[in-house]
Amino acid sequence: MTDLTALIVAKYNYWLYVILMMIGLYAMIAKNNLIKKLVGMNIFQTAIILFYVSIGYKRDATIPIIQSTGHDAHGAVIHAADYINPLPHVLMLTAIVVSVATFGVAMALAVRIYQRYQTLEEDELRMRISEE
Amino acid sequence: METIVSIKPLLAVLVTLFVIPVLVSSSSRPNVRESWIFVAGAVKLILVLSMLPVILDGKLIGLTLFEIAPGVSIAFRVDGLGMLFAIVAASLYIVTSIYSIGYMRGLDEHGQTRFVSFFALAISATMGAAFSANLLTLYLFYEVLSLATYPLVTHHQDGVSRISGRRYLAFILGTSIGFVLPAMMICYYLTGTLEFSQAGIFAGQLSKPAALVVLLMFVFGFAKAGIMPFHTWLPAAMVAPTPVSALLHAVAVVKVGVFSIVRVITGIFGVQMMADFNLGVVVMCIASVTILLASCIALSQDELKRRLAYSTISQLSYIIFGVALLSPQGLLGGVIHIAMHAFGKITLFFCAGAIFVATGKKYISQMSGLGRRMPFTFAAFFIGALGVIGLPPTGGFYSKWNLILGTLEAQQTIFMLVLLVSSFLNAFYFLPIVYKGFFGKLDDDDDDDDERSPVKIKEANLCLVIPLMITAVISIVLFFYPDIFVHLIKVGLALK
Amino acid sequence: MDNYPALIVVTPLLAALFAGLAAWIEERLSYPIALIGLAVSLFSGVKVLMQVIGSGPIVYRIAGWDAPMGIEYRIDLLNAMVLVLVSAIAFFNLIASCQSVNQETSDRAGSFYTIYLLFVTGLLGVTATGDLFNLYVLIEITSLTSYAMVALGDRDRGPMASLNYVFIGVIGASFYLLGVGYLYMQTGSLNMADVARILSGIHGSNTVLTAFILCMLGIWIKMALFPMHVWLPNAYAYSPVAFARVVAPLMTKVMVYVMIRLMITVFGFDYIFNTLHLSQAVVWLATIAILAGGVMALAQKNLKKMLAYIIVCEIGYMVGGAWMGNQLGMTGAILHILNDAVMTFALFLAVGNMVYRLKTVEISDLKGLFQKMPWTMTGFVLAGMSIIGVPPTCGFFSKWYLILGAFEQGAWHFAAALIISSLICAVLFFKVFEVCFFEPMPQGHGQAHAPVSIEEAPVAMLIVSGLVSISIIVIGLYSGAIVNSIILPFLH
Repeated sequence: MTDLTALIVAKYNYWLYVILMMIGLYAMIAKNNLIKKLVGMNIFQTAIILFYVSIGYKRDATIPIIQSTGHDAHGAVIHAADYINPLPHVLMLTAIVVSVATFGVAMALAVRIYQRYQTLEEDELRMRISEE
Repeated sequence: METIVSIKPLLAVLVTLFVIPVLVSSSSRPNVRESWIFVAGAVKLILVLSMLPVILDGKLIGLTLFEIAPGVSIAFRVDGLGMLFAIVAASLYIVTSIYSIGYMRGLDEHGQTRFVSFFALAISATMGAAFSANLLTLYLFYEVLSLATYPLVTHHQDGVSRISGRRYLAFILGTSIGFVLPAMMICYYLTGTLEFSQAGIFAGQLSKPAALVVLLMFVFGFAKAGIMPFHTWLPAAMVAPTPVSALLHAVAVVKVGVFSIVRVITGIFGVQMMADFNLGVVVMCIASVTILLASCIALSQDELKRRLAYSTISQLSYIIFGVALLSPQGLLGGVIHIAMHAFGKITLFFCAGAIFVATGKKYISQMSGLGRRMPFTFAAFFIGALGVIGLPPTGGFYSKWNLILGTLEAQQTIFMLVLLVSSFLNAFYFLPIVYKGFFGKLDDDDDDDDERSPVKIKEANLCLVIPLMITAVISIVLFFYPDIFVHLIKVGLALK
Repeated sequence: MDNYPALIVVTPLLAALFAGLAAWIEERLSYPIALIGLAVSLFSGVKVLMQVIGSGPIVYRIAGWDAPMGIEYRIDLLNAMVLVLVSAIAFFNLIASCQSVNQETSDRAGSFYTIYLLFVTGLLGVTATGDLFNLYVLIEITSLTSYAMVALGDRDRGPMASLNYVFIGVIGASFYLLGVGYLYMQTGSLNMADVARILSGIHGSNTVLTAFILCMLGIWIKMALFPMHVWLPNAYAYSPVAFARVVAPLMTKVMVYVMIRLMITVFGFDYIFNTLHLSQAVVWLATIAILAGGVMALAQKNLKKMLAYIIVCEIGYMVGGAWMGNQLGMTGAILHILNDAVMTFALFLAVGNMVYRLKTVEISDLKGLFQKMPWTMTGFVLAGMSIIGVPPTCGFFSKWYLILGAFEQGAWHFAAALIISSLICAVLFFKVFEVCFFEPMPQGHGQAHAPVSIEEAPVAMLIVSGLVSISIIVIGLYSGAIVNSIILPFLH
């Protein structure tokens, strides 16, 4: 039991992202309202961003900006362990752009659907479509 | 054996294919269109015949077109068997073309350009199958032929032909994809080759049960050969216009099926392996069942074309039967029956079509007395019937004779009975038609004014009568001069 | 010139920019710009293919940064082939599209061409890239553009179909992204070659296993492997036909390419088939996909949807072949990428011609089409034969390798599924042919065989359709050469 607790505590970031992902997935599958589904989708994507950000993190490390530059390279030796890994964070900038773009397209689609059918509830939409 | 590389087999296949655009473009001028068909047919026959001396010399003509995979290519190889089949198909194509002009115009059929185009495609595929050097090429042309004949079978585009077309495809395409394709893949997988060779390709790689399964997949898979229970497409296909039934469903299509089975037995398994595993007897049993059953069913058919169709089913199995005897005489008799039956049966179909065009009658029960009105047609019918029954003086006698000798040679005396019984049945279902045709009472209503006046001769038009006379005459000629075909078979199968 | 690999991807991107801008000035300008962009791309693709066949793989470093820091394009025989395929289909489709775009999306032609070019850019980028994260971004570019395209189509059903596509597409992409995250955790690299090098020492790791499964799941969703196919039929059926013609042959096939790339280049055969024991399960899944796709296609009344389910079925072919775990199966899968793309393209070209004339492709509305559109139907029949697998069309030859691969592996169920699916496809196509051939035109009024005036699609569409139909046979006949000069050297 304590092992499990220790596992959960030690790797809390993973648990967190998995929980967030599941919340998002649940919303995408189970919610009836299209906007709620979109929110779920966003949570789902954000969870992955969180995952990436957390794997770049190191305990007791600082932001990856090396202060001593250029000429006095003889100064302190630079240890990679002192700086958090910037690469996943940078990747996530792109991923955020992607998710924003996706969200934008999805919202635009939702607007179109609303204009056409005057509803965003999925069951009503299905009824309308099958009526035609 | 020496192989000569030549482009002639390819040309022989392609000539009727390349004429199709010309046919389509001249669709508004039927006479121009039809003369192109004759040009193409004649060129084709000349090409085929020009290869004949080489083949008779015991050489082969080969041409490899595309390498598909290691050991498999799309390739042509002309040998005695292929030559025999090609001569039969190419010469009958010309005759049938004359006939179909008379038939299609006589009945004022629609879509004649489509008809002749697909006809040309079908004959190209037949030629390709005859010249195939390996199983893949054979399968390729077999499938092309199946699809090319579909629009011909369903030419009338009505409900009946739609259902018949479905049955046609279900049996032909279903079996070829369902049985032949996997069997072929198994062969390739085991041996890495699909080339036909006298010794077979397996070289001991197949156990007896496995060999039996593969063989049965081939025998039933080539459903164009009409082995029961995959025969019902053939009677269904009789909804097609008669030229189609005549050339394709008495000669080209069905013979491609039989030819494929012959190739598999002699080129893939090899006579030796068939004999070692006793597989010949199995095939003979299957063929015997088909021979007898189909003959019995033919007796009960009243529609002439359907009776002919069942007769064809039965006769096709003769060929397979003969080859499965595996003895020299049996092989000779079986393979030569491809030619003998072709000329006999096409005559019968031509007659059926001529009767239909002239009188509109399809059923045998309506035909009594017609022989006096159409003496030439019924005389030809008589000769054709003799050929199919296997009586002299027709070529059919030659093949039956050899088949019976083959059963004795192979010491399968019981199977000789099958042949004899079947010949009786053949006589039973054909001769009454002729008898009633000449001596029966004419039950026509349009000339009831004077019963005793001499019956007016009302033959169909010349385009119909001449072809059937030609094939009937050839049928008789083949009785006296079967030498070329015999020689081709002996060369092709290396018989003494 | 050494910049051809970049040109392939960059020209459509720039063309998209200019086409979008030009549309502000004059709507008609965007079409020639798009045409030029794709022509340059196709030309560069062919050049690259020649170069790769001649002298081995090309590595192109974007902006001169070295891997693993920079992004590199690594073009070997496989993706050179796919690049040519993608750019060729995109280019020829554009030639055929002019009229149908004017007809279907006349007021938004400018945006159509812009999105179209971006979509093609995405596909080409996915194919060319040698970087895992770059791959994700490019996959999302293709997906985003196809969401937009689907919405441009059918005004009633399009947005809804598109939104469902978005939801499932996002899940797929996210799974892939997550898998890449795990790979990055384990290896610290995103360059495919680099990752493969590091992975070869740590096959037992659970992280790698997780990464592998997540990546595969993501890609499978994107390629619509059964049972993750639900988005595909609606999305393809309701998009504008000019777009359906390019998305149907290419999208799924490029995703299959990505799967094969990950399997061969990143994780390696050794890992997948010797360390993991998933291949049998996946081949079963593929078997079920083939059968289910076929059966569902049987139930369709709309030609586009029927073809969409056939795509689901064909995906099963390729996944099964790739997972067979032998060279023959993989050869079949790769060959089928090419063949299936070409024959699906031919099918959709024919459908496009029908839509152009008839406005609808409900199967029951196709009566008398053999008389009305003989050339279109000839192309359709040829493509249908290829799907059924009749030699000498190309569909037969990839099936040939797939079945041989299944034999070698003893996967009899897969071989049986391939053959059964051939039969099902025969039923499917002949069902359509029957309607077109037997049932008279509606205005015939009982005169079944009254001459019907030919009303064909525009010449440009017919020419493209004819070219592609001929290429079905040509590719089939030369499949031996393709296997020997491209696929086998790649696999060795």
